[in-house]
Amino acid sequence: MPGLPTAEEWRQALIARHGEARQQRLAAATVAVCGLGGLGSNIALALARAGVGRLLLLDYDRVELSNLHRQQYKAAQIGCYKTEALRQNLLEIAPYLQVVTHTVRLGPENLPELLAEAQVVCEALDQAEAKAMLCDVVLSQLPDKYLVAASGMAGWGSANAIRTRRITEHFYICGDGCSDVAAGSLNAARVMVCAAHQAQAVLQILTGQPV
Amino acid sequence: MLKINGEPQAAAGQTLAAYLAAAGYAAERVAVERNGEIVPKAQYAACVLQDGDSLEIVSFVGGG
Repeated sequence: MPGLPTAEEWRQALIARHGEARQQRLAAATVAVCGLGGLGSNIALALARAGVGRLLLLDYDRVELSNLHRQQYKAAQIGCYKTEALRQNLLEIAPYLQVVTHTVRLGPENLPELLAEAQVVCEALDQAEAKAMLCDVVLSQLPDKYLVAASGMAGWGSANAIRTRRITEHFYICGDGCSDVAAGSLNAARVMVCAAHQAQAVLQILTGQPV
Repeated sequence: MLKINGEPQAAAGQTLAAYLAAAGYAAERVAVERNGEIVPKAQYAACVLQDGDSLEIVSFVGGG
C-alpha cells in the first residue's frame, strides 16, 4: 500500500495538469468560502482539488442528516461542526492544503477581519438578506477583493439556466437569479452546477483569465 | 431618463432608497451597481439618481 505523495509530487502533478505559471498563482492564493452548505462545501472541494494554496472556511453550523443530500459531508460527521468536518474531508483529498476555519456567525462586525487575508471571497450563504449583507460589506469595505456570489439554484429546472454574471470587475453572481428555496427545494446536482460556476470563476480570477 | 436593469425609467431626482421602495425592492436583499460602481447600502438614502445614470439592481433569492 503506497504512502501519501510528497508535497513535491503533489505540486508536480498539478503542474503537469495546468502548467507552472498557473500552479504558482493558485498555490499562492487564499480564498474565503463563507457558508459551508450545498454551495460552500462543493466550492471548497473543487478549489482544494484544483490546487488553491489556502482556504478560509467560515460557518457556525453543524452537519445535519438533511444536509447529506447535497453537501460534502459524511454520515459519520452528523453533529460535527461543518468547519471541522470539511477541514477533515479536504485534507484527506488534498493533504498539503492549508485550511483556516472560523466557526462563527458572519456579520458586518467581524467580516472585514475574518476575510482580511483572502484575495477572493465566495458568498455561499443561504438567506437572501445575509447574501446582500455580505456582498455589501465586501464591496464597500474590502474593495480590492474579488467577490463571487450566488443567487438562485433551487428546484428541478434545467441546469442550463445557471449562469455566471459579471456585475463589476470585482463582483460576479452565479445562479439563475430567480429560483428561491421557498419555491422549490435545493437538489444536489443543480446546487453543484452553481457551486462549480463559482469555483470556476474563482480559478479564472486567480489565473488572470477573463471570467 | 435613467436606464435601470436595461429599461428606461423616469426616476431622476429620487434617492436610490426611495426608488427601491417605490419599485417594490427589499433594500436588505439587493445589491445596486450604478455607473460601474456598487453603491454601499449606507449611501442608499443619500444617493440621488441623475439623468443618464445606468443602474443594475440585483435581488438575491434564498438558497445555498
